Amino acid sequence: MGSYILKRFVSVVLVVFVVSTATFALMRAIPGGPFRREKALPPAIQRNIEARYKLNDPLIKQYADYMKNLLKGDFGPSYKYLGRSVNDIIRDGFPVSAVLGLLAIAFAIIVGVPAGIISALNQNKWQDNVAMGIAIIGVSVPSFVMATLLMYVFAVKLRWLPAAMWGTPKHAILPMLALAAFPAAFFARLMRSSTLDVLSQDYIRTARSKGLSWTAVVYKHVLKNAILPLVTYLGPQVAAITTGSFVVENIFAIPGLGRYYVTSIYNRDYTTILGVTIFYAVLLVLLNFVVDIAYRWIDPRIKLTAAKE
Amino acid sequence: MEYSPNLFKPVAKDIEAAEAIVRPSVTYWQDAWRRLKQNRMAMVGLWTIVVILLIAVFGPMISPYSYADQELVAQNQGPSAKYWLGTDDLGRDILTRLMYGARISLTVGVLASVLNLTVGVVYGGISGFYGGRVDNIMMRIVEILTAIPMLLYVILLMVILEPGLQNILIALGLVYWLSMARIVRGQVLSLKEQDFVLAARTIGANNWRIILRHLVPNAMGPIIVTATLNIPSAIFTEAFLSFIGLGVNAPMASWGALASDALQVFRSHPAQLFYPAVAISVTMFAFNFLGDGLRDALDPKQRK
Repeated sequence: MGSYILKRFVSVVLVVFVVSTATFALMRAIPGGPFRREKALPPAIQRNIEARYKLNDPLIKQYADYMKNLLKGDFGPSYKYLGRSVNDIIRDGFPVSAVLGLLAIAFAIIVGVPAGIISALNQNKWQDNVAMGIAIIGVSVPSFVMATLLMYVFAVKLRWLPAAMWGTPKHAILPMLALAAFPAAFFARLMRSSTLDVLSQDYIRTARSKGLSWTAVVYKHVLKNAILPLVTYLGPQVAAITTGSFVVENIFAIPGLGRYYVTSIYNRDYTTILGVTIFYAVLLVLLNFVVDIAYRWIDPRIKLTAAKE
Repeated sequence: MEYSPNLFKPVAKDIEAAEAIVRPSVTYWQDAWRRLKQNRMAMVGLWTIVVILLIAVFGPMISPYSYADQELVAQNQGPSAKYWLGTDDLGRDILTRLMYGARISLTVGVLASVLNLTVGVVYGGISGFYGGRVDNIMMRIVEILTAIPMLLYVILLMVILEPGLQNILIALGLVYWLSMARIVRGQVLSLKEQDFVLAARTIGANNWRIILRHLVPNAMGPIIVTATLNIPSAIFTEAFLSFIGLGVNAPMASWGALASDALQVFRSHPAQLFYPAVAISVTMFAFNFLGDGLRDALDPKQRK
């Protein structure tokens, strides 16, 4: 286990390095540079600006400086907002996005997992058909459609909930639902198939034939084993929620990191795009690492096969 | 009672009857098609796709308007005999723009999927076929790339390449071939040990011939399923990119761009958002249903 964690950690470090280098290279590959406009600036001003942001250094030095600062956790200044650093933007936006994302993933698990289990235990009965019918709507409707639909029905027509902004718990409900729709549906479909898979295993038949009641079998054997695969999909689903937040935060005018990110794309604020991309990428890579380790820790079967290797 | 031999009568041997094939033999593909036809949801999906395809091809030809025609005296109109679904904020016919949007969205979906298929099959095929160290290195690369949240890089590529149909395809194609490569590799790895590969080798087929003529066709089932399910995710991604302003250039319009435009006038004219939303969702349904159905139909384990 220890050597596995070490091996995985080395690969995480490698991935983080590749990601930040590639992102840096991609952003520098943009023709013209961030301060070239259609209307040319006087050359002196152009030079001054470039000196201010150290853009006249050789590329290798720029890269080395950027990486050095990254190690210190410094993402550099924003090109668009004077006196505001990318760190400020992340510090302002990320807590909001994190709260919204956690709410959404919690909602998705609380709704999706039981729905999938109920479907599997009632395979091909009406409960199954209803739950899977809703689930396929959930995986087919894009988050921006879901968000606007929810906003129209609950905020514009019924006026039950606020249509935009952030602050009170009431504000969080609609964006949370819009973000959670896809993962909830995904978890429901996943849980259904993994529960069905477990139900057909020999040890379930053994448990039944030794006289355990159906309820005991479901609670003691089926659920524990069926829920395991879900853990591996937590990472990708968090990534889906993150990208979903780009549009959902924009639609609901929530001051989260996703909204700042999209704004920085509109503004061509290159350092912010660069910094936030690396921030998200590293976050998701680390999250996958944690999930992976947790999965090995939870599932004894994997520990066994890993030991054999 | 005694049993004597004269109580029995020999039956004439009828070799032909014994050898006759009662049921016609079905190939893998005939069998898969038969099972697909029994899957009602998959067939609904298939027919929906055919209808959308026909609308995308012929709709804009029949329409008296083009996607860019503006009639500024007729802004934000509701449905009428002249404009069946009304007009947008520049007085453009929404139905026509929707049908053009179908062209763009389907083109993106299908081409991106074909691109992923090509890259994935070649990459996975080589990796699985050569095995050993080549496989190890190639799969390490895939592993590292899989760990990276790819949508962020599609966004980044679009920022660099500037919006436009061709660049969307490049960005999607560069990024989403990983799962295809893995699936093909897994298939090839197990198929290459089979006797027919040895047979092909003994009669002198070279590696490329074995990969392209023997291994890939036998791995076609999972490849087709993955490719079909890649189409809706490509359409999804394109809609997402257009929605955040990185999609096709105005006045061209994909469904995502239409939805994004409609959001500006959403409070006063919610119907304008409704049409592209329904179009995207129905297309996603159709491809997801078809993909699920194909997976069941092409899986030999489910053969009855």
